[in-house]
Amino acid sequence: MSFLPSLESPQTIDVSLGPQHPSTHGVFRMNVTLDGETVTRLQPVFGYLHRNHEKIAEGNSWLAAMPYTDRLDYICPLTNNWAYALAVEKLAGIEVAERAEFIRVITAELTRLQNHVAFLGFVLGDMGAWGTALMYAFREREKILDLFESLTGARMMCNYMRFGGCRCDLPPGWLDTTRKLVDGFPKFLDEMEALLTGNEILLARLQGVAPMTADRAINGGMSGPVLRAAGVDYDIRKVDNYGIYNRFKFRVPRGTVGDCYDRFMIRVLEARESVGILKQAIAVIPEGPVVNPKAKQRGFRPPAGEAYGRIEGPKGELGFYLIADGSDKPYRFRIRPPSLINLTLLEELCVGTKIADVMVILGSIDIVLGEVDR
Amino acid sequence: MLDEDLRSDLQKRGIFVASFEDLYNWGRKSSLWPLQFGLACCAIEMIATAAARFDMARFGAEVFRPSPRQADLMIIAGTVTKKMAPLVVRLYNQMAEPKYVIAMGACAISGGPFKEGYNVLKGIDRYIPVDVAIPGCPPRPEALLEGLIKLQKKIEGQRLFGPNRARHADTRDAADYPVPSYGAHDLEPPMNPAVFKPEPSRREAE
Amino acid sequence: MNDVLEAIRTALPQAIVELVNNPGPSAQHSLLVGRKDARAVAEFLRDSLGFDFCSNVSGVDWPPRKVKETVLNTEMVDGVEKEIKTTVERDVPGYLEAVYHLYSIRNKTGPVTLRVRTGDRDADVSVHSLTPVWKSADFQEREAFDLFGIRFDGHPDLRRILMWEEFADHPMRKDYMAPDDFEYEPTPHDKILAKVKARTEAA
Repeated sequence: MSFLPSLESPQTIDVSLGPQHPSTHGVFRMNVTLDGETVTRLQPVFGYLHRNHEKIAEGNSWLAAMPYTDRLDYICPLTNNWAYALAVEKLAGIEVAERAEFIRVITAELTRLQNHVAFLGFVLGDMGAWGTALMYAFREREKILDLFESLTGARMMCNYMRFGGCRCDLPPGWLDTTRKLVDGFPKFLDEMEALLTGNEILLARLQGVAPMTADRAINGGMSGPVLRAAGVDYDIRKVDNYGIYNRFKFRVPRGTVGDCYDRFMIRVLEARESVGILKQAIAVIPEGPVVNPKAKQRGFRPPAGEAYGRIEGPKGELGFYLIADGSDKPYRFRIRPPSLINLTLLEELCVGTKIADVMVILGSIDIVLGEVDR
Repeated sequence: MLDEDLRSDLQKRGIFVASFEDLYNWGRKSSLWPLQFGLACCAIEMIATAAARFDMARFGAEVFRPSPRQADLMIIAGTVTKKMAPLVVRLYNQMAEPKYVIAMGACAISGGPFKEGYNVLKGIDRYIPVDVAIPGCPPRPEALLEGLIKLQKKIEGQRLFGPNRARHADTRDAADYPVPSYGAHDLEPPMNPAVFKPEPSRREAE
Repeated sequence: MNDVLEAIRTALPQAIVELVNNPGPSAQHSLLVGRKDARAVAEFLRDSLGFDFCSNVSGVDWPPRKVKETVLNTEMVDGVEKEIKTTVERDVPGYLEAVYHLYSIRNKTGPVTLRVRTGDRDADVSVHSLTPVWKSADFQEREAFDLFGIRFDGHPDLRRILMWEEFADHPMRKDYMAPDDFEYEPTPHDKILAKVKARTEAA
């Protein structure tokens, strides 16, 4: 943090928040102009974690881009895998094995659970409750990470999905463990809600802070929970019906005013819906191969063409825009990062609020820097 | 130095004898305050290490300080990009001696999987001295704890006086490390030759 | 996609819009819009056809390339007409391209892909910014400017976004050369390469 008298007016000061700041979720930076405590201008500065995903992917084979997608939004590796696999499957017209579709839904919903749980911990940390809520959240997250580890071999960097399916079948007993975890999960959410949602300080910090209208949210490209918190009924799982989501019953929670409280609660409600999807999927998962035997992984050469594939990631619409020129490398590999685009309206939301609210607003959008800067 | 037998003999009678150096190092190694500073994926594992299950507090290193002035351990958790590198060096300069650096994960050590990237620094050891390097992508929390124990061993063995004294005890080396500047194509300079002395390749020597 | 094209042609008859066929199985065809008409077409798509959500903006670099084409010619050979195939190499000049993926949240349709091309890769790299139409294009157009060097006229704040201000290159272009800052580490593979090289030179 640095404090400088602003050049524009002697009344205001410029504050540089980040890139080393405990609440910017990594190396995000904001140049804020303050009039007293009120924000009059806010300029986000990106690029401190620009790791050149797109350039590296364009220099390597199609399959070699898969482990890199893990490191995009490093809290949710499996949904990133799915988005890329989905785009490639569209590009090359590959069918996905039936069992793999179920495994994808199960892993993606587990990912959504642990992302939303971690979100609760982080946003509470941003509000000043550093530690306690995060400890509870990470306790639960660790259980899901254990499932990922026994399935894929890694806690965070799973590299699990393949074109036309998944890398390996579920280990024995995995479904039972998952069922136990899923059954116990609502209890944890109840506990978290009892701890948080009635809390007066939390309500004061969240309710009415930075509301967003539906029209602004759509024009600003918001997606995922942030869009739905503004009252828009748009869930790509329902709209695109990708994978096998049309076989499951679930509701799409929506907010009313799109303030920080709506953005906060929508995660809790979505986590509850995810629990429902998981229960349905675990009950009916069929036996069978986990990867389409016709799909080639190594030396994969899709026909020339292009495709844009997208999924409903935990943070929003995660899309991959791929151009193939018939060779073994992508000609263009573009990631549509929900975290970056959800920040488009950050300045609009923050101007007029107090400096202490900026962190809460940023936290309520839920960004991960690996995806913002790529 | 005190005879080991005599020391253990005294210990049995309830008298603890230690050199000032040992006491000083013991105090420092048991209360490392890391800088609360995450760069990328590894930062999440760092948080997981500090959280309930792995509980970094068992090793006396749970007090994460947001200000570099109050920290004495910098865990470089994640990819250092060229845009970020000058800031990392600046933060390191702002930390008070004695200070230590753990390079956590393949990216901080060498650029890791992102080594091909045009904006990725190929290892933070090009600009600042690294005490412990933890491989992995990301390293598991256990690995970070192991790295921390390794660092504690290193602190234990540091000498305060004499020709082999530790860096922080050596007043001749008190200057700040130069902060690189943004150039038209790359950082300028691309490395600090006073710090970056890669060992000759073992294969080359064969 | 054809309905959208027809609607644009009826509403904006003077605008240059072509259908770009996508040969792949995804069959996501796109609309190539003339540089001057992009803004008008975008506003028409948003206001009349309900494409209110600009999801993705991507730069694409197409360096100058040679395209081989087979041409059938009829020639008189010894008094008989014969069809002769000749392969002609045609130079395609390079250009940069901005690709927009649009969705309609109201009608739940999409994607419609818009493509806008620049004149070349060095001097004539300006296209109209669509940020005034869709705010969500803001950061993504800045990114395309930063990494590809496409200039978006009418963008409210066109600066580099990911790289630092002093940076001179556009790293996502195909001919970008990254600074050589690797430590050289000879690998066993180098020995094999040297052997292969020696063998081919001897042969």
